[in-house]
Amino acid sequence: MIPASFDYKVAESAEHAVALLTEHGDEAKLLAGGHSLIPMMRFRLATPTVLVDVGRLDDLRYINADNGTISIGALTRHSELEHSELLAQSCPMMASVAALVGDPAVRHRGTLGGTLAHSDPASDLPAAVLALGGTIVARGPGGDREIAATDFFTGYFESALADDEMIVEVRVPAGGAGWNYQKFNRRAQDWAIVGVAVANAGAGVSLVNMGSTPLRASAVEAAVASGASAADAAAVAAEGLQPPSDLNADADYRRHLARVFTQRALNAAGVA
Amino acid sequence: MTMTDDPATHMDSASHMGRPRLRREDPELLTGEAQFIDDMSLHGEVWVGIVRSTEAHATILGVDGSAALEIDGVTEVLSGADLAPLWGEGALPCAWPVTDDMRNPAHLPVATSVAKYVGDAVAVVLADSRYAAADGAAAVSVDYDPLPAVVDVEAAVADGAPLVHEDLGTNESYTWPLIPNPEAVEEAFSNAAHVVSERYVQQRLIPAPMEPRGVIAAPGVASGELTLYSATQIPHILKVMTAVTLGIPEHKIRVVAPSVGGGFGCKLNVYAEEILCSALAMDRGVPVRWTESRSEAATATIQGRGQVQHIELAADDTGRVQAVRVKLLADMGAYLQLVTPGVPLLGGFLYHGCYDIAHYSFECTSVFTNKTPTDAYRGAGRPEATYAIERAMDSLAVAVGVTPEEIRSRNFIAADAFPYESCAGLIFDSGDYQAVLDKAVEMAGLEGVRATQAQRRADGSSRQIGIGFSSYVEMCGLAPSRVLASLNYGAGGWEAATVRVLPTAKVQVITGSTPHGQGHETSWSMIVADKLGIDPDDVEVLHSDTAISPTGLDTYGSRSLSVGGTAVFMATDKVLDKARLIAAHQLEANEDDLEYVDGAFQVKGTPTAAAPFAAIAFAAFTAHDLPDGMEPNLEAHVTYDPPNFTFPNGTHIAVVEVDTDTGDVGIVDYVAVDDCGNQVNPMIVEGQVHGGVLQGAAQALYEDAVYTEDGQIVTVNLGDYLVPSAAEAPVYRVASHVTPSPTNPMGVKGIGEAGTIAATPAVINAVVDALRPMGVTDMAMPASPQTVWRAINEAQGGAS
Ligand SMILES: Cc1cc2nc3c(=O)[nH]c(=O)nc-3n(C[C@H](O)[C@H](O)[C@H](O)COP(=O)(O)OP(=O)(O)OC[C@H]3O[C@@H](n4cnc5c(N)ncnc54)[C@H](O)[C@@H]3O)c2cc1C
Repeated sequence: MIPASFDYKVAESAEHAVALLTEHGDEAKLLAGGHSLIPMMRFRLATPTVLVDVGRLDDLRYINADNGTISIGALTRHSELEHSELLAQSCPMMASVAALVGDPAVRHRGTLGGTLAHSDPASDLPAAVLALGGTIVARGPGGDREIAATDFFTGYFESALADDEMIVEVRVPAGGAGWNYQKFNRRAQDWAIVGVAVANAGAGVSLVNMGSTPLRASAVEAAVASGASAADAAAVAAEGLQPPSDLNADADYRRHLARVFTQRALNAAGVA
Repeated sequence: MTMTDDPATHMDSASHMGRPRLRREDPELLTGEAQFIDDMSLHGEVWVGIVRSTEAHATILGVDGSAALEIDGVTEVLSGADLAPLWGEGALPCAWPVTDDMRNPAHLPVATSVAKYVGDAVAVVLADSRYAAADGAAAVSVDYDPLPAVVDVEAAVADGAPLVHEDLGTNESYTWPLIPNPEAVEEAFSNAAHVVSERYVQQRLIPAPMEPRGVIAAPGVASGELTLYSATQIPHILKVMTAVTLGIPEHKIRVVAPSVGGGFGCKLNVYAEEILCSALAMDRGVPVRWTESRSEAATATIQGRGQVQHIELAADDTGRVQAVRVKLLADMGAYLQLVTPGVPLLGGFLYHGCYDIAHYSFECTSVFTNKTPTDAYRGAGRPEATYAIERAMDSLAVAVGVTPEEIRSRNFIAADAFPYESCAGLIFDSGDYQAVLDKAVEMAGLEGVRATQAQRRADGSSRQIGIGFSSYVEMCGLAPSRVLASLNYGAGGWEAATVRVLPTAKVQVITGSTPHGQGHETSWSMIVADKLGIDPDDVEVLHSDTAISPTGLDTYGSRSLSVGGTAVFMATDKVLDKARLIAAHQLEANEDDLEYVDGAFQVKGTPTAAAPFAAIAFAAFTAHDLPDGMEPNLEAHVTYDPPNFTFPNGTHIAVVEVDTDTGDVGIVDYVAVDDCGNQVNPMIVEGQVHGGVLQGAAQALYEDAVYTEDGQIVTVNLGDYLVPSAAEAPVYRVASHVTPSPTNPMGVKGIGEAGTIAATPAVINAVVDALRPMGVTDMAMPASPQTVWRAINEAQGGAS
């Protein structure tokens, strides 16, 4: 499994990266931690002819808190989220979800911007950003724009980003108290077969690997809002969803798991 | 030697034997200094890319390489027909024609007319880099005319099944019966108070060693020599087989196995790529190489297991088993590789497990399917046998109404029955199976675990506890050559060793046993150092290169220590015998009056008159003053052919917790008590148990080579094929009970396969035990969460 040949450019800044994307159009791909893109290239599921390496943009590696909002630079590694004292204090859910991504090697390379841009329905951090009601800041040739996480994931491995846009920052509200993340997998390093993120005592609930995108479980949120018990709210977790079938789980079993883990996550988040 | 629990007490107090010692191999491996095939490069080398069939069964109508030839660096595209003259009739070897009428279809390195499994080589690309070879192989287009594929073994033997090999007229390769007394078996079943009758499926496993395979074949154009570098377990066997297959004179072939990153049996083979690279190298006069990719390894390297087992037990009303009857369907895949047909036989002698059962009936029918060939995989036949008997014993315990430990105790071969002749005709060397089980029960704290289990059951908890036993015995130390002859195996089972003392009293050991991760260098140096009274670091162990170690039969079947290590032990004795003569000469003493203490010969009772080993070594080298007629130098060679197998045994207990809401199984405790005889390095023993247990648990819970109905393999990468990692490993609690084997002078048995053999049934028995109150009586492997959840639902009469 060897990737096709490609040209490699190092971006000096986010603006430079955007300029290179503009120049090369859909032939080009940003390379951040490379832990999703390079496997895709090795399997030749992706064959970009130009790689724009943004992995060295250290000025996009930060975690700041300001006025109840936490801003995280797009190149921040999962391991930096995992070990951040600021997050441990102000938004522990982000840190704890990050700690469950892959294995240590993956967490030391993978970036928050990369995992959001990749828009894998089976990934963990997008679910956290969704449940927390976060915002994604994208930089393009015309400047920056903010995209609500709820509008960001548009399809299977597809996002609202344009070909010439780059994520520079991710914002989540501080707090999120009454949170829990349930990740069900067979080996520690694997993606979730099903995952459930609960933030703000059930006001934000999102599901992992239950459809073509990371998604909000709006039926569960509505049930919690109307005062339903955790068990009753969890019962609607899979309603209307078309989860995938694969070697680990077929769609029915996934629906069952979504109900089980939604109830566990709600309970752990303090919803009785 | 007496029986004792502490391996160290067998050994002299000043010795290294029986004491944990760090592996000397590891610094090189951990720092990346070790050279694997892919770390090497030879001037002018040509890379091979292999075009592999995407069809399970298809006529090859044509191979079009034009697009590949457009790629920069691609020099040639060769179809199977283009290559055929390179090997003529020379098909890949199968060394184990288990019956005289076994059907063994010709197996060419590259298929010429029909592709018989997904992954079957159908064309070859030559290129100047690995990248170009891969790009080239991907660009070759093959025109296939699909034929019906035979995927399932039971379907393969059904009437009207499509044929894997049309010309054979059947999918059956052979039937091998071992039924010493058929009437007695029938009688036992007709008189039985309890009959257990079960069907188990051994899924196929992908060996997945850390290092996939790789080959470099380097020709000597003027000399006519071939040097073949291969990530193989068997350089010696590969040398003979390459000579026979390609007609290259054997003395012109040198095979080198550099550092090899694990094998687990899958590198105990002679593969198409080895023959292909060798033939091309000799033909073109340039080094030719190939490195297997991880995905390629899923189909290009043999797979393990692949059996459907029917086992029946006939027991009296107390649960004493009188007879065992087994019918096996074994999946050979599309072709017979080196020892493919023999694998079921290695289990075929052991379906009575460690139990004193009077009557035996075993029959194996081996079947071709349109899948990758199977062959030896850690345990080879014995894990399958152990699984069947240990699962069936648990079912019998339920039928009789006793605990799993009680049914085992009632049936164990008694400690005083050794040497014990089994109903399958083997002579078991030594053991105390009850003592081993008792120790495991005690370590597991069984009473406490049962109390927790009862409480959870009473509470209707969604976290049910299960306890699984597995008592096993294996035949190891392959093997007495005469026994192999009686099984039609195409080679002997001896092993060779040379111990060479250098002028400065450092020692070189040359072993024919080929390590690929087991730590031979450490263990062999301990054996020699102890005997010579020197430091193990003064002993170098050379291996894995037929130019250095010309004689050997390599590493598999837990044979290294009990056969290869014994050869080293005996060669060291021979060195000491000669050294004693030199010492006697130096000390002007009678050799019978000498004793060897702390690295010097001394006259018994007169420690001041001593000839140190270093002085003897130097005297042997200078040859200035040796006894009359003695040859100079101190070196001895031994080829050891074991008189019998060895029979390691043990009891493992797995405690699992099953989340009945999700079907998720967690191993919460794992106790392993093994009797591998005397131990040279207990740290290596423990490491082998840890790795083996996880590999066995992997079959129980994680691993499965999944094929679709039309023969496409689904699990070709390590994201889909679930090899567990350290994070999934249980916290092992390991102990040993030692009954030295009387078969060899060190009293050793072998530990390389024990964990893998024991763990699979222990874990599955535990899962079934956890769920039995819910009506679950069987569990398919791997017991994935979905499989377990379905089994619970089905047992509860719900939707599946
Ligand atoms: C063995 C393994 C196990 C894993 N397990 C998990 C797991 O359990 N859970 C999980 O969630 N993930 C898992 N991952 C994925 C991992 O988290 C990835 O690192 C992450 O999804 C992508 O981040 P990256 O920085 O590596 O992105 P890359 O691979 O560099 O890029 C991914 C995609 O995003 C684009 N991109 C990257 N950065 C930006 C940006 N700033 N703006 C716009 N586009 C951008 C790239 O062009 C590319 O299309 C695993 C990966 C591996 C290899």
